[in-house]
Parts: sequence; C-alpha cells; structure tokens
Amino acid sequence: MVAEQQNNGLHTEEMTLNFGPQHPSTLGVYQAILTLNGEYLVNVENVIGYLHRGMEKIAESRTYAQFVPYTDRLDYLSGMLNELGYVLAVEKLAGITVPERAEYLRIIMGELQRIASHMVFLGSMALDINGFSAWMYLFRDREKVLDLFEMVSGNRITTSYMRIGGVCYDLPDEFVPALNKFFSGMDKNFDEYDRIITGNEIFRARTQGVGVISGEKALAYGLTGPNLRASGVDMDLRRDTPYGIYPRFDFKVITGKNGDCFDRWMMRIGEMKESMKIIKQALQQIEDGPVLTKVPRVLKPPSGAVYHQIEGSKGALGYYLASDGSDKPYRLHIHAPSFVNIGAFPEMAKGGTIQDAVVILASLDPVLGEIDR
Amino acid sequence: MENISKGLVYFLYVVAFVLLNIMYLIYLERKFSAFLQQRPGPNRVGPRGLMQTLVDVVKLFSKEDIIPEKADRWVFRLASLLVMVPALLVYVVLPFGKNMVIADLNLGLFYFLAVASLSSVFVLMAGWGSRNKFSLLGGMRVVAQVISYEIPMIFSLLGIVMLSGSLKMTEIVSAQSKVWFVFLQPVAFVIYFIAATAELNRGPFDLPEGEQEIIAGPFTEYSGIRYIMFYMAEYTHMIAVSALATTLFLGGPSGPVLPSWLWFILKTYFMILLFMLVRWTFPRIRLDHMMNFNWKYLIPISLANILLTGIGIQIFQLMKG
Repeated sequence: MVAEQQNNGLHTEEMTLNFGPQHPSTLGVYQAILTLNGEYLVNVENVIGYLHRGMEKIAESRTYAQFVPYTDRLDYLSGMLNELGYVLAVEKLAGITVPERAEYLRIIMGELQRIASHMVFLGSMALDINGFSAWMYLFRDREKVLDLFEMVSGNRITTSYMRIGGVCYDLPDEFVPALNKFFSGMDKNFDEYDRIITGNEIFRARTQGVGVISGEKALAYGLTGPNLRASGVDMDLRRDTPYGIYPRFDFKVITGKNGDCFDRWMMRIGEMKESMKIIKQALQQIEDGPVLTKVPRVLKPPSGAVYHQIEGSKGALGYYLASDGSDKPYRLHIHAPSFVNIGAFPEMAKGGTIQDAVVILASLDPVLGEIDR
Repeated sequence: MENISKGLVYFLYVVAFVLLNIMYLIYLERKFSAFLQQRPGPNRVGPRGLMQTLVDVVKLFSKEDIIPEKADRWVFRLASLLVMVPALLVYVVLPFGKNMVIADLNLGLFYFLAVASLSSVFVLMAGWGSRNKFSLLGGMRVVAQVISYEIPMIFSLLGIVMLSGSLKMTEIVSAQSKVWFVFLQPVAFVIYFIAATAELNRGPFDLPEGEQEIIAGPFTEYSGIRYIMFYMAEYTHMIAVSALATTLFLGGPSGPVLPSWLWFILKTYFMILLFMLVRWTFPRIRLDHMMNFNWKYLIPISLANILLTGIGIQIFQLMKG
C-alpha cells in the first residue's frame, strides 16, 4: 500500500539486500534475504544452516550420559533447560526416578536459567533499538545469575549440571545467601528497566503495534512459549502437561493481548517475576537428601522410543529418543522452539521497514545454536 | 595580505583546538557512557586510559586504505577528504572569547547555518560512491533527515535574531548582557537542541548510521584514515553546534571572575554533555516517526514561537513608550 503510493509517477526498482549472516543484529549467523522497496520490505526469505554441527547425528555415536554437555550448545543461552529436557527424556526411556532434592534443584536452576535467558532477550532487543545502556543494565544482572551457576556447577554458560538420575552437585553453602541477595536486588532492577527502556516513549512507538501476529496465526505457525502467549493463547507446558514437581508450585501463566513486539517484551518481564516466585517457593519446600540416584555405569535403556517436551525459555523444547537396547541412542531428534519461531518471521516482517524487521526478529528471540543444531 | 596571514594563523589555532578537543571528546564520550552504564570504561592505556584515543588513532592510521572495486573512486575519495572542510569552516564566525573571533561577519549566523548544512552533501557522496546497499540506504536517510530538520532549526533561531536585531555573533552575545536568551526563548532552545541532535546524526536520531539496521550507513566501506575523517567531522560538528548554542542561548563567552574563553569552553562542554546524555539514554527513533515528529510538531511549534516572539516584542516596545 505504502509502496504503491511512493512509486507514483517515478521509476523505482526493488533492491535485494543480504541481511546477514555477518550483521550486527541477526543474533548469530542467520541470514535473511530482503527485497526492499526503499526502506520497506516487500519480501523476506529465511536462510539458516550456517551453524549446523550435526548434533543429532553426534548423539548416535555417544552414550546417553556423554550427550548431556552437547545439549548446552544447542540454545547456548539456556543450557540448564536444554539439559533438563534431555535428561528427563532419557529418564522416561530408562524408567529412572530422581531423588526429591534433585527435583527441586532442577527447578531452581531451570528457572534461574529462564531468567538469564530472558535477560539476554530484553538486552538484545533493547540493543536492536539502540538502547545501549539498557543492554548494559541487563547484562550486568545476568552476570549475577551466571555467578550463581558458577558456584553450583563450576561453569557459567555450558553448565553440564544435570545428570541422568539427578544433578551432579549439591548446593554449596554460599549459594542460598547469594541467591537471596540477587532477588532482593531485582526489585530495584525491574524499576530501572522500566525507567531506562520500557517506559521510554520512543521504545513504545517502536514496538507497539509492530510485528503483530494473531493467536490463530501463531498457532498455525506452531509458535510456542512466550511468543505464543504474547498473542493471547494461554499455553504453558509447565502447567498443562506438568513434568517434574511443577504442580507443587503456585505461579501465573502470563499472557499478552495484542501479539505485538511490546507484548512479547512485557511477557518476558512478567515471566521473570513468576520464575522468581517459583524459586522462592522451591527454596522453602526443599529438604535435605541425596541429589543423584544410582544409575548403572553403562546405561542401556530398553528398546523403544519416547518424546518428552518441556517449557524451555524460548518455547516447547522436545526430545525424541529412540533406543535399540544398546548404550547409545538409535536416533535423537530435537524439536527446537527457535527453529519453529523463526518460520513466522517473514510474514511478520513483510510490509514493515528494515527498522521494524530488526525489532521483530529480536522479539522472536531466536538462538541460532538451536535453529541449526 | 597581512589580514590573510593573520586569518590563517587564527585558523590554525582553531584546527589545533578542535583536534585536541576531539581526542578527549572521544575519551569523554566513552567514559561518560561507561559512567551511565556502571562500568569502568577505557582504563588500560596511560593513566586512567587517557591515551586510549591516541593509540586508537595510531592503529587506524596503520590500516590499509581499502577502496571497494566497484566503488566510484573519485566520489568515494573526495567525500572523505572534503567532509572536514565545512565542519572546520564554521568556526570562523564563533566568538571564543572577548575579541576572539576570526571574522566577525555581518551575516555570521547565516554563514554558520549555510556552511554547516553543506556537510550532508559529502555524507551523501560517501553513501552513493561506496556502491554498497547499506551505504546507499544510509545516504538517503542522511538527506531526508538533515534537510527536514534544518527548517525547524532555522525557524527556532529566527526568534533570537528578532530579539537581538542582528545576525552578527558578537552583537547577539552583547544583546544577552542582561539576560540569556535561553530564558527568553526556552521553546526555541528545546527545538534547536532536538534539531541539532538530528543534524549531528546522534541518538535518538542516529538513523543514518543505524548500526543495527545498516551497519555504519554511508561509512560502511571506509577504513583506516578515511574512516577517521568522518569520525572527526562528526565530533567537530558536535563542538561547533554546542558552541553555537552557547553563543546564541547561554550568553556566549560572558561570565564573572573566570576569563571569557574559559567560560565559553565550560558552557560548550555543558552542551556537549547534554548531547551525550541524550544519546546514551534514548533508543533510536523510526524513520517515519522522525519525519512525522518534524513536520507535525517541530515546525508548527517553531512557527508559533516566531509569532509569539513578534507579539512579545511589540508589547514590550509599546510598554516602553
């Protein structure tokens, strides 16, 4: 519509622009081939695969336990949750039950990872609108979550903390005080985010009504997680198909209304607050006990196949595991939420400007490690 | 002949002043943004990182001068050479202190605005000559932005001219001996500040260099010394625009106790810090919003400001007798 008006009486040509794979705001090695009419996007084409490492094939030559560290490299912003999904699938396949304390630790770490991942989302989306200071604020706070991970697992990003049958270490003494300190600081931090970016007039103008996707269309594209909930579809695997000990916790599933970039932004802030609520409850309920059950050295699950999915930080993260009775998976398939989410990007970005496209891409929160696997 | 050589010497002073300032402006900008973002900023080279910019410049000097194969070689080269010319020429009319102006032209303000707006031509040349799609988009944005924001900027300054009755910089300064124009023309000051931010291509109006969308806009293909030229031109321009704001709104070099040139520098740096504060706290505006904001808000308000100023002057004169 806009494009036609601009062309009135003038000879103009459409221009093809390779947006990525080396570009400041493609959040990794993602490429979009844009067809431009001036600043407006006529067509968008997704190009993925630059980060393909053959994860699913690698799994076939590793034992079940050996594959856990690889899952950290899927969505490298939420390692804990990737591990959780994988070990839950293996435990389901082999019929292993996990000690009570380990269940709580898994929830605490998983939700902390969700907070850290959402902080990266908020930061990088702010950065894509050139809110450089806001980005710094969010990464400052994410560091504190990573410090907590370092305390408990020795690593900050690729934690390898979850084990088949539990978790690898119990909490060190300094963990809970540090966690409480982080939480007590967060109230002030949320206030800071509001003041530096969420409340900003320009930020609102850039995100409200931009990249709208209706609930129906979001479902049709197969969006999951925060991106789906922002369009008003009330779906959260933690509540709908509970795994682990999630039914014991009281938390709200945040939903948006308009399905625009601003709702997707507010969703994440709301979810961070809910995650903090879950962790606080878990800290009250947790009791002493072992954190790792006895699992045979060479784990040989009975032949068969399972599919297990959890609510990852980006959406439904599913693992399909097929076993032929040997010590290695016969086949592993990973249903990665980012891969599905980015499929909706071309339609959402079409008709907007380049500046909109950058924001919409950021608001979908794609992580290339997970898309290309 | 003597006049010319005198002028040249003065001009060399200005060049030295500007270059020295830029060096530490870049350092200041990095430290200031670090302060806003609660991080240390540059602190490795020299005491407190004071030599950082120098080292950076030396590094950029040693870089290969790459000209893209398909680029329009002459346009590409000329743009990087000429971009500093208007940026430096505007300093001719700025009064740095009492009797410290190179040429006190009768049309001083007009000269400043006319020469300052030239620099967008060279940025467009850079964008066009690079033959890079990102550069082209950046070049288009520069023209769209600078041309439209020039109008409210000039309109906002008309109020000053009406009050002082002159375009001569020294006379505008002496007209402020009783009260600074920022108090008489607050609306004009705000409009000037916004429009100047847009002219400088600084955040939130840094669309031409929108890193997240078009890499570095017109400067994407430039490397080494040529890139420095654009960078320097941007900062030179920022000092000039801040100095103009000081002259027109903040009473220029006048002030008690301290020498006049020091007052001038202090006030200029106050303006520069304002620009930096805005840049590091606001996200980037969208192209169509920027245009809307200009044509629907800034221009009508600046026109109304002129009208009100005229009425005010009339009333003042009637009351006076």
